[in-house]
Amino acid sequence: MNKPLDAKIVDMKERYKSGVLKYRQMGYWEPDYEPKDTDVLAVFRISPQDGVDPEEAAAAVAGESSTATWTVVWTDRLTDSEYYRAKAYKIEPVPGIPGQWFAYIAYDLDLFEEGSIANLTASIIGNVFGFKPLKAMRLEDMRIPAHYLKTFQGPATGIVAERERMNCFGRPLLGATMKPKLGLSGRNYGRVVYEALKGGLDFTKDDENINSQPFMHWRDRYLYCMEAVNKAMAETGEIKGTYLNVTAATMEDMYERAEFARSLGSVIVMIDLVIGYTAIQSMAKWARRNDMILHLHRAGHSTYTRQKNHGVSFRVIAKWMRMAGVDHIHAGTVVGKLEGDPNVIRGVYDTCRENHVPKNLQHGIFFDQPWASLKKMMPVASGGIHAGQMHQLLHYLGEDVVLQFGGGTIGHPMGIQAGAIANRVALEVMVKARNEGRDIWNEGPQILSEAARWCQPLRAALDTWKDVTFDYASTDSVDFVPTPTPA
Amino acid sequence: MKITQGQFSFLPELTDAEICKQIEYALQNGWALSVEYTDDPHPRNTYWSMWGNPMFDLRDPAGVMMEVSACRKEHAGAYIRVIAFDSKKGWESIRMSFIVNRPAEEPGFELVRSEGPGRVVHYTLRSYATSRPSGERYQPG
Repeated sequence: MNKPLDAKIVDMKERYKSGVLKYRQMGYWEPDYEPKDTDVLAVFRISPQDGVDPEEAAAAVAGESSTATWTVVWTDRLTDSEYYRAKAYKIEPVPGIPGQWFAYIAYDLDLFEEGSIANLTASIIGNVFGFKPLKAMRLEDMRIPAHYLKTFQGPATGIVAERERMNCFGRPLLGATMKPKLGLSGRNYGRVVYEALKGGLDFTKDDENINSQPFMHWRDRYLYCMEAVNKAMAETGEIKGTYLNVTAATMEDMYERAEFARSLGSVIVMIDLVIGYTAIQSMAKWARRNDMILHLHRAGHSTYTRQKNHGVSFRVIAKWMRMAGVDHIHAGTVVGKLEGDPNVIRGVYDTCRENHVPKNLQHGIFFDQPWASLKKMMPVASGGIHAGQMHQLLHYLGEDVVLQFGGGTIGHPMGIQAGAIANRVALEVMVKARNEGRDIWNEGPQILSEAARWCQPLRAALDTWKDVTFDYASTDSVDFVPTPTPA
Repeated sequence: MKITQGQFSFLPELTDAEICKQIEYALQNGWALSVEYTDDPHPRNTYWSMWGNPMFDLRDPAGVMMEVSACRKEHAGAYIRVIAFDSKKGWESIRMSFIVNRPAEEPGFELVRSEGPGRVVHYTLRSYATSRPSGERYQPG
């Protein structure tokens, strides 16, 4: 029970006496509040400073992320402040971690500008993250009401239209990031693009830090890459694409690069997460207007998504990016070299691809999330994966995903085309086996080695990378585990 | 050249038994199968000729195989693909597409380059097969 001293003060004269009140007293802790269907909901993991009780900490988060300041202000009385105040309505201890709580907070829809990630985030992850009474805090998940979602464009293209444009159905798409990331001339870079696409990949990709450097300026790269794309298309009869990174210092530069990519017939352009939410939304609108697939590389995200005690979970970033309107997002591989707990990744993939994501604490999903027919966003699995893992990738990630084998294509002992062939054969043989009803999880290695009998490049890939795994404990794992049921 | 459109073009040609298993998978998912053929496999030739409407009510893989065989008989020298349509809300498009017949000789495509200012090149893919009228392509002589 709250001590009477700390309860919400209902006598208005008392409430608005100049001075400092607890956030609870100001009315930001409302344990009886029933969230409305139209509310934006957020759940934060909070670590209050010693001596700060969790209800007061939750109330402070609600206050600092909505209307409050540190002291009482009489100007509150000029508005319907009760209505605009965010309400902390529930706290729960984090299982197994003393000193941390999940704080649930409801925000009225009128607190946010329609269609603006910048405005949404300025409240939700604004000042509040530096608030002294908390040692640390992390935004774990959000429920965006359908009413608010419908003010966003959503993915420029979406999974279905992307597949229709690429003429590619019934299997994951294949890609590769060009390596080395930096230093190739435009002509040499285009060579790698051509070899990989000709060999059998659907996409190649600029890396996040390839923009317009002294060794290769952007126009040069685009021209050589489009030669490579078109030549590979003519030699395979398939639609091919290369993610031309248009990331630049200003919006004007980015539009100029995107327009040039469009004029050359590219089907896809790429941006980095570090350009910021507003720039991302601008590019998403540009992409919708210009029939362009928009690839997002999540450069920078691990600075705030990886540690569990502080930051923003990646499932929230994925949610914002689907609203902002990108078509591709790097979303983890489970088996590769980068962070990725299987359950967390499952929650992120569902957030990208489903039209309704039910609450599932074991996947890190804290709320039912309707998607109101916003288009689906294609997850991209990239980083330290190879053909020998194909059965695991298909098992964990499903069919609507771009599997990107950069090193696993370009590092192949028989050459880049052979690397692409190995990946494509491994993929097709695994999809075929799955469709035939075979147990690919257990028979996967056998299915691959059967195919390697007639496909030398696959044999060489399996031999080269057979022992490569990245088996480290995940930093970002879920807090809820299934309760074992008695047999 | 072998064009590599579809789900299984990097594998050895599927046998009829293997095609049948893929059809079964589509039917288990509630998708409708369709057979299409063309003599112009340009990657942006979206609309191949339909060998009848999609078989929305046919639930027997053997029935679909009969249509595949009939189409092969009539259009032995054409590209033939099997397509599975998913009508469920949120997808409402193709779920599977794979080639089940191809001409003995695949002439492929010419890449036509048209040079413009500033080193810009505009590209056109032209099917060699379309240099002859439809119906006379892939004929001996």
